[in-house]
Amino acid sequence: MDHYVAPDRSHDAEADRQALDRADLDAPTRVLVWRRFRRHRLGVVCLIILALGYALLPFVEVLAPYNPNDFDEDNIYAPPQALYLFHEGAFVGLHTYATATVYDMDTGLVKRVTDTTRPLPVPVLTVCGETYHLFGFIEGRFRILCPPEEGELFLFGSDRLGRDMFSRMIHGARLSMTVGLIGVAVSFAIGLILGGLAGYFGGWCDSIVSRAIEIFRSLPELPIWLALSAAVPVNWGPVSVFVMISVILGLLDWPGLARAVRSKFLALREEDYVRAAELMGARPSRIIWRHMMPNFMSHLIASASLSIPAMILGETALSFLGLGLRPPAVSWGMMLNDALNLSAVEIYPWLLAPMAPVIFAVLAFSFVGDALRDALDPYS
Amino acid sequence: MMRFLLRRTVTMLLTLVAISALVFIIINLPPGNYVTNQIAEMRSSGEAAGIERAAALIREHSLDRPLWEQYLIWVGFAPGPNGFNGLLQGNLGWSFELGRPVAEVVGETAGLTVIVNLAALMFVYLVALPLGTIAAVRANTWIDYLASLVGYIGLATPNFLLALIMLFYGARHFDIPIGGLMAREYEGEPMSWGKFVSILTHLIVPTIVIGTSAAAAVMRRLRANLMDELNKPYVETAKAKGVPPVTRVVRYPLRMALNPFVADIGNLAPQLVSGSVMISVVMSLPTLGPILLQSLRSQDIFMSGFVLLFVSGLTLLGMLISDILLAVLDPRIRLAGREGA
Repeated sequence: MDHYVAPDRSHDAEADRQALDRADLDAPTRVLVWRRFRRHRLGVVCLIILALGYALLPFVEVLAPYNPNDFDEDNIYAPPQALYLFHEGAFVGLHTYATATVYDMDTGLVKRVTDTTRPLPVPVLTVCGETYHLFGFIEGRFRILCPPEEGELFLFGSDRLGRDMFSRMIHGARLSMTVGLIGVAVSFAIGLILGGLAGYFGGWCDSIVSRAIEIFRSLPELPIWLALSAAVPVNWGPVSVFVMISVILGLLDWPGLARAVRSKFLALREEDYVRAAELMGARPSRIIWRHMMPNFMSHLIASASLSIPAMILGETALSFLGLGLRPPAVSWGMMLNDALNLSAVEIYPWLLAPMAPVIFAVLAFSFVGDALRDALDPYS
Repeated sequence: MMRFLLRRTVTMLLTLVAISALVFIIINLPPGNYVTNQIAEMRSSGEAAGIERAAALIREHSLDRPLWEQYLIWVGFAPGPNGFNGLLQGNLGWSFELGRPVAEVVGETAGLTVIVNLAALMFVYLVALPLGTIAAVRANTWIDYLASLVGYIGLATPNFLLALIMLFYGARHFDIPIGGLMAREYEGEPMSWGKFVSILTHLIVPTIVIGTSAAAAVMRRLRANLMDELNKPYVETAKAKGVPPVTRVVRYPLRMALNPFVADIGNLAPQLVSGSVMISVVMSLPTLGPILLQSLRSQDIFMSGFVLLFVSGLTLLGMLISDILLAVLDPRIRLAGREGA
């Protein structure tokens, strides 16, 4: 019989239908998820940027022109300097201009005057400054960007001790970006265990966990965080304080996750394949890890990624109030602690610069998390 | 309905008791307290008289007992040196640092804390309801994108930074009074119209700052819910029958989408209270925030303990209100959720 649409038989309805559908049906879940994830352009871009950022975290010493705690009493509250390529119309390479502190006799104010007559070349990819310890044991002085020979390089200005804001922001990324990961790991572990116990065993176990969830959910986060971090002993080193603060941030976050795990368990327990595994004599741990977990793990990861921003903001808030990380550790929140002094902010607005990476990191995590959740949602 | 109300209230009170125990443990986590720190300090400087007085304080507030006994005495479940005299009996404790009863210190500021939080809650709904509705109805137009953009920025900016920015630019470019609760000249004055107005204008910025991130979250959720509703066949039917656009949205879909919206009060309460603590510190508002921070730093345990309990109670109250509102608004919830399970 002749085909009415394509009489020359170039169109094979049967093959067309099968080819496309089969490819989709046979594709493993991760391919399907990745395909849907890719549709969120913003999510993909943010994911790439975040991945790059995390990949660079071990090498912050090389990226920053100064060490985070190098101070310079001659350049307190130096304003941001710009980088130039052209001096009076001629190309002279990367350079900046020196600034000098001038006392204005008329107004009685200290002013910073930029001397634009003499370009100061900024060395790139050379050895300079104080020695740093890469990964804690490799000594080095190689940096991507170095301050000029006779002068300073404060791209985002300097703070009340004359420390370079730009370098401190780069170094601060290390703690500020990892605090969320540790916190989420903690909350993930607690949520998974408690939610799993409640959902799988039910009964009194379930009611105890459910009550605990109710109680923890109704606690106002910040005041409790404050109280807990006030309890961190004063004599602890910066690293232990950092770990402790991350754990504290995770301690209040688990109820949402535990609830999700519990409801998933309750639903999956009724499934036939779980019953079958039980009848074949599989132990609870095997049923949980091999049969039930793979079914909802991806969803948990998506929702956990959405709580990372809250932790980054939490760390910022705690350090900002002076109860979070402690010097000599550097984080964005601690840098903003200087901005608590309003009169300083008014005169030296660049103290607010660490705000930008905080907002950016939070937005990026939110976008990635949203995209991930959409991609994993079977009903979209 | 009465039984439901009773049940929720009892649950809330039990939760509050559990929280009080938790709070007491938390404030006692750091070793020592204000008094023992004082004693250690006096011992190093050799002040014998002070030590005697401090030791008396410890005995009077039974700080030398085991922790669980201290807790029972604090709440008022067990008799202390002066008989039953704890939170339940109306004695909120003694602030060692300020040398005044906690009730006196808190009394001045607790009311303001509640007012600020209520104002922020109102702000959240006043902003989120219209914006979320418009964003859903005009989905994927510039209004929607603008609303989403504002929402995302609101979510991502820590509220204390928003406060700083507003302080920085608000004072410079607009004539909005910022910081503190009222203009200098009204401080210590009796209540008058001028003072009232001054307080109101000073509350504008804190309210906006506390409410913004919550408003952004609520707006996004309302938009998603309403868009789900708008795709349902009954909306199509209404359109076909010629129901005018505004009625078509407001009459049924919006009402349906409002349920999660009301349920959100419960989730918002902890967030708003947290925010108000933070903002009060930044903007030097005389609410409980700065008091909490100071008492935590100096380990003034009864002070910080009560403030923590108070703000937790505030969030519990918010959750209770949202539960009740939800039950009133949506009879299905009562029938399906409580009786069945």
